Amino acid sequence: MSIARPVVRTGGLVAENKEAMNPSLSQTARKEGAPSFWSLTWSTLAKDIRLEWRSKDALNAMIFFSLLVVVIFSFSFDPNAEESRAIAGGLIWVAFLFASIVALNQTWARELRNQVLDAYRVSPAPPTSLFLAKALGNFILVTVLEAVMAPLFIAFYNLRALGPAWQLIPVAVLATWALVVNGTFFAAMSLRTRSREIMLPLLLFPISIPAVQSMVEATRIILMGDGSARFDIVLLLTYDVVFTTASLGLFETVLHAE
Amino acid sequence: MKRLFPIFSILTAGLLVFAFYQAIWVAPTERTMGEVQRIFYYHVPSAWTAFLLFFINFLASLQFLANAKPSTQRAARWTVIAIGVLGAIAPYVPAVQSQLPAGLYPSSVATTALLIPAIYLLIGKFFSDQALDMLALTAAEVGVIFCSVVLVTGPIWARPVWGIWWTWDLRLTTTLVLWLIYVSYLVLRRFSDSAQTPKLAAVLAVFGALDIPLVYFSIWFFRTQHPQPVIGGGGSIDPRMMRVLLINWLAFSCLAALVCSARFRLEKLKRQVEEAQALESLLGSGESATQSKAQLPLSRGQQ
Repeated sequence: MSIARPVVRTGGLVAENKEAMNPSLSQTARKEGAPSFWSLTWSTLAKDIRLEWRSKDALNAMIFFSLLVVVIFSFSFDPNAEESRAIAGGLIWVAFLFASIVALNQTWARELRNQVLDAYRVSPAPPTSLFLAKALGNFILVTVLEAVMAPLFIAFYNLRALGPAWQLIPVAVLATWALVVNGTFFAAMSLRTRSREIMLPLLLFPISIPAVQSMVEATRIILMGDGSARFDIVLLLTYDVVFTTASLGLFETVLHAE
Repeated sequence: MKRLFPIFSILTAGLLVFAFYQAIWVAPTERTMGEVQRIFYYHVPSAWTAFLLFFINFLASLQFLANAKPSTQRAARWTVIAIGVLGAIAPYVPAVQSQLPAGLYPSSVATTALLIPAIYLLIGKFFSDQALDMLALTAAEVGVIFCSVVLVTGPIWARPVWGIWWTWDLRLTTTLVLWLIYVSYLVLRRFSDSAQTPKLAAVLAVFGALDIPLVYFSIWFFRTQHPQPVIGGGGSIDPRMMRVLLINWLAFSCLAALVCSARFRLEKLKRQVEEAQALESLLGSGESATQSKAQLPLSRGQQ
């Protein structure tokens, strides 16, 4: 670590380095009116949203990228209405998966400038609040992307759900969280590797296979009105719970690994 | 260890030759599939060995992460023991027993469950921090090789028997995803050059292990084309075939152990060289470097 004895400011709390090294000290600091877990999460999240709102770099790139995917897929397959209903689930989620890599890659890379990540490391703020803020930020970004792209998908592929369409909302929420929770975690992991931009998909895609499988399957079932998507929704929920727990539990190890 | 290595190599080579002879000439020809069924004596033992190695990789990685703090170390040990005890008792409880898939014996479930704490504690006894990481790396590398053998021999067998090279069936897909996860594990190890690579790799190994049951259940609904497991799976197998299979499995396990031990020693030497080089560059150029070279562990002593 290149910085020596920094004074870290996290949401109004000024803490010396030695406090960060000693959890019991930081615990007493927290008792003396230090910001709570949620206010720390909120301040990081608000900062990220403000940054994205002012630049709109990631969002524009993601929207244009998934638009290109939609157009290219449409040219490659040229489906009729019945076929497109069967493959749309796969197309939509593959497009979102690829596009979300853009947002995920810049999550932590942004914090490397000016040693912000080192400051996070020595701050007494719990690492889980930082992780949660980043994951929620990505969740919001990808949700906005989906909200923009979904009408386009419907228009280009002439989609009309034959099953209960409202079920697409829980599927979308669970699937988006499944993509971003592991994505945020692996982005932090690939931070210290060579060529990290390509490292993230290499780590994320194999682990995401069951989630992708169930989100595509659930979407297909709902669009085709082909039975109940309950099993896939439960599986997505399980995936979310398992990997949210694992990420929160292991994030401290990853954050401090350098 | 160094002196045992050639003896063990010769034994393994002999065992492999004997197993080959048994598989090709001694084992009876299968009635419907014919000679092509003999690939079974390579396919199945490779699969068992690969799964065992991935399992060792997971337990070593878990232990590596848990050893960071004494509290987590204790917690992990008792959790693993509790899983073993619960897994050994549960299949005999009538309510659970009725839920077991047909042909899966409670005794085999209990044995598998007891293996978890047994391997975990054995690994913990013989491997310290750095060695745990090296064990995880070795097991993953050799496991990927054996898993590749499974994925190659499977289609060779499937083409004449099923008429297709590949199908997205439960076992095939799970094995493929397992292979993909461990390849990504090796890629991470290759691309990460910080001193914290072991930690990151261990975290990824734990994530991969959590993923496997989910992969399995996500493909659960698909039609299963793969033959049901013949051992403990309700199918019947000629006792002569079973004997040949077990001999082959033993030979393959010995081969895996041999390759692992060679790879482990190589990794150990590589780390010592790296350490020595780092030390050398720290000590600077000139006489101090030549002096330090004499004390480096490169002079092949206690390995």
